[in-house]
Amino acid sequence: MDRTRIEDPWGRRTPFARGHMWPERVDEYFTDGVRAEDVQEWVPAASILDSNGDAMDIAVMDGRMVGVRGRATDRVNRGRLDIKSLHGWESGSSRDRLTTPMVREGGELVPTDWDTAMGRVVERCRRELESKGPRAISFYTSGQLFAEEYYTLTTIARAGIGTDHLDGNTRLCTATAGEALKETFGSDGQPASYADIDHADVIALFGHNVAETQPVLWMRILDRLAGEDPPRLLVVDPRRTVVAEHATVHLAPRPGTNLALLNALLHEVIERDHVDHAFVEEHTVGYGTLADEVADCTPEWAAQVCGLEATDIVAAAELVGGAERLLATVLQGVYQSHQATATAVQVNNLVLLRGMLARPGCGVLQMNGQPTAENTRECGADGDLPAFRNWQNDEHIRQLAEIWNVDMMQVPHHSPPTHVMEMFHHMQEGTITFLWISATNPAVSLPELARIRSILSDENLFVVVQDIFPTETTALADVVLPAAGWGEKTGTFTNTDRTVHLTERAVDPPGQARPDLDIFLDFAARMELTDRDGGPLVTWHDPESAFEAWKRCSAGRPCDYSGMSYDLLRERGGIQWPCTEERPDGTERLYEDGGFWAAPALCETYGRDLVTGASVQPTDYKALNPHGKAVLKGATYLPPHEEPDDEYPMYLTTGRTIYHFHTRTKTGRAPELNDAAPRVWVELSETDATEIGVAEGDRVQVSTPRGAMRGEVRLGDCRPGVAFVPFHYGYWDTDHPTGPPSEADGRAANETTVTDWDPVSKQPMFKLGVARIEKVTS
Amino acid sequence: MKAGLEYALTKLHQGENKVAEHLQVMLARHPSDHEVHHVAIDLLRWSRENVRQLADAAAGYDVQLSAEAGQPSAEEALARAATVEEVTPLTLLDDVRTLYLLAAETSLDWEMLAQHAQAAREADLLQLSKKRHPQTQRQMKWANTMLKVRSPQTLASMD
Ligand code: SF4
Repeated sequence: MDRTRIEDPWGRRTPFARGHMWPERVDEYFTDGVRAEDVQEWVPAASILDSNGDAMDIAVMDGRMVGVRGRATDRVNRGRLDIKSLHGWESGSSRDRLTTPMVREGGELVPTDWDTAMGRVVERCRRELESKGPRAISFYTSGQLFAEEYYTLTTIARAGIGTDHLDGNTRLCTATAGEALKETFGSDGQPASYADIDHADVIALFGHNVAETQPVLWMRILDRLAGEDPPRLLVVDPRRTVVAEHATVHLAPRPGTNLALLNALLHEVIERDHVDHAFVEEHTVGYGTLADEVADCTPEWAAQVCGLEATDIVAAAELVGGAERLLATVLQGVYQSHQATATAVQVNNLVLLRGMLARPGCGVLQMNGQPTAENTRECGADGDLPAFRNWQNDEHIRQLAEIWNVDMMQVPHHSPPTHVMEMFHHMQEGTITFLWISATNPAVSLPELARIRSILSDENLFVVVQDIFPTETTALADVVLPAAGWGEKTGTFTNTDRTVHLTERAVDPPGQARPDLDIFLDFAARMELTDRDGGPLVTWHDPESAFEAWKRCSAGRPCDYSGMSYDLLRERGGIQWPCTEERPDGTERLYEDGGFWAAPALCETYGRDLVTGASVQPTDYKALNPHGKAVLKGATYLPPHEEPDDEYPMYLTTGRTIYHFHTRTKTGRAPELNDAAPRVWVELSETDATEIGVAEGDRVQVSTPRGAMRGEVRLGDCRPGVAFVPFHYGYWDTDHPTGPPSEADGRAANETTVTDWDPVSKQPMFKLGVARIEKVTS
Repeated sequence: MKAGLEYALTKLHQGENKVAEHLQVMLARHPSDHEVHHVAIDLLRWSRENVRQLADAAAGYDVQLSAEAGQPSAEEALARAATVEEVTPLTLLDDVRTLYLLAAETSLDWEMLAQHAQAAREADLLQLSKKRHPQTQRQMKWANTMLKVRSPQTLASMD
């Protein structure tokens, strides 16, 4: 694959007609001088640089990775790779990998051996447990580890330590997707499938910049747009993105008003009677209440609230109302904004009202951001109970206690899990004193960084960080544990459309670095965690045995893996769960038999109030939904908590670029990707740039009530009044690798973002703040 | 009938005002407890809206109730918030309990009004209660959830 892919990230078109098979196109890239025929070994893997789960093979020569190639036979990508997958792996051999454990001595991190480092971790963990109890201990993990690793961590935290302070950075990313699915369908689980792209006649994308966040999926849409009988697109995004340029209708609402827009779309669907009444009658509850809720939400009303034209809202409603096969997708523009879950639920409602579920081309994809986020959710590493079990259902707790062979009381289940922002609150209060971070960089990715840095630096908090590179977060750790990266360890993970891939060890990790699974297993052994009979709590010892344990835990639940095995995944490539004895080929679409996992005895949650987040009581849920149908749940639009004023006249929203992943720890170390987007920028509309008196390339300061950052102006197609800053940039590759040199001179977008989150999913609100933007002359 | 109606409306109006006041004190007292702070803004909006709609409805029956009365100014709320010497995690539990109890009283007052409206065939008042009583109940449910979420951590870490 040549360098032109950096300029043309989606590559050559392979058009196909509606209902046909997406043609193959194999993308590959090798390091200079290597040719495909020189490769000694091809090791199966899948990409972990976005949530698509693109299948690929790693080329190995003399114990080194020398290239990658997309796998033509795989259902997810049919051979394609995006530019991050083509180049990102090169960071694995970068010279600044963490290769030895480190401990803090006299204020400095010094290299040591595993025994010393783990000895300190275990000693401190024991001490906190004895003096303060399990609620002093917390774990914050990732959306980039493997299912085997998450399940092991959950077992340790829940059944071993007995704490419910466990979350993943998926909280920033995919928490709303999971929560919205639970609210509507009773349980998490992606209803639709990527194959629905091939059959849809209308695709509605809500806050989903698919071209940059899931480039291979966008290639699939582009190929349909180039083929016969192309789909029409509805795009809701405050920026005129590449996706918006292909839209039949593009709506750019004012930030924070998504719910008003969705309510107006529902209003119109009902008003024009585009409702599939038979479907609604048979498969849902709550239609009357929902209809009441949106009765006054006319397009004219929403046009005022959202700053749109009523006629455009009507055009959007006609598009979705007239669709034969409607596929709706949702991502961060909804999840990281105001009333996130309430809005995402209305997208589910739209699909349900139209009866667009469980048929080819129909349904909803509540997308994930991170590659292995689905596993964080299903294995319970986000604090939920494994395999979508319900913390308010004693029978579910009993099942878990039996699987782990521990007492029911050992498994905390007295309240919903502690999300990461609440964990940081407890750290600030001083009631959590031990934090173990794995594979994530909160010192750049959480909101209001000055606050986060001060909490992580507090002397009373013991911080363990496990990662592959030095980061802004490892700089604040008491113990640093070097981990193996992608291609250096084996495990499975599941993409957004429930496709499970096995990804294997191709080369050895550098130095003393170890697979994350081995580190967790070592911790469990050193802590001597036991079950109720005094035997070891964690009974597995390698990836495959961990997978077998996870299969047992998942059996009989929506995410049932019991029909899979490492051998089957090697032989077949990606398989979608549920995969059982009765369904050995996996399941393309959920709910095809009309049954949901929503019955009171089965569901993962009884739901929450969409405004306050208060938990619904079991009795109320049983009265509402005794037969386990899908729930049509409405919500009232509320104005955001912060709106522009004289001091902070602009909206500020953060987001992503195609060239980078997260805090750039990997992509910033891959030369091709780094060169494509080396510095942070501030995107402004021409109108605003003129008003502020700046031109392309000028340096500006973005200030909010929380803090400030600086970057270069890029003129773009934001809605006037809205500024955009990519959130990837931190400090590790600057002269001040641990943080900003001065308060005014930050470059991380999250110096400025607000500590506020959706009350239901607890996902922070990165897409909605207010700011002042000024030219910096120095 | 008029006296009974006046009693029910006035009592409810007082209750809603108390809830609003308390929420405002909570906002002032726990500014950096974000879980509480942001939801409290929305809960307070509900109470204010309830007070306003009650005053509107009462006017139709010649009962004069203030559409805004009883809410402390921001400074007053701060001053009241400061009556607690040191804000600890336990202070929040207390505040959540108080909110629950105030909202529960108010919820009963809504019941009383709805019962009366039904018996006296006052369709407008019945409608009002149908629309606005749920917000009071949701305030209770939120307080209840907060108590469940926070008390284990708070109580376990008391010396
Ligand atoms: S960038 Fe944010 S939204 Fe995207 S995958 Fe990462 S955590 Fe998720």
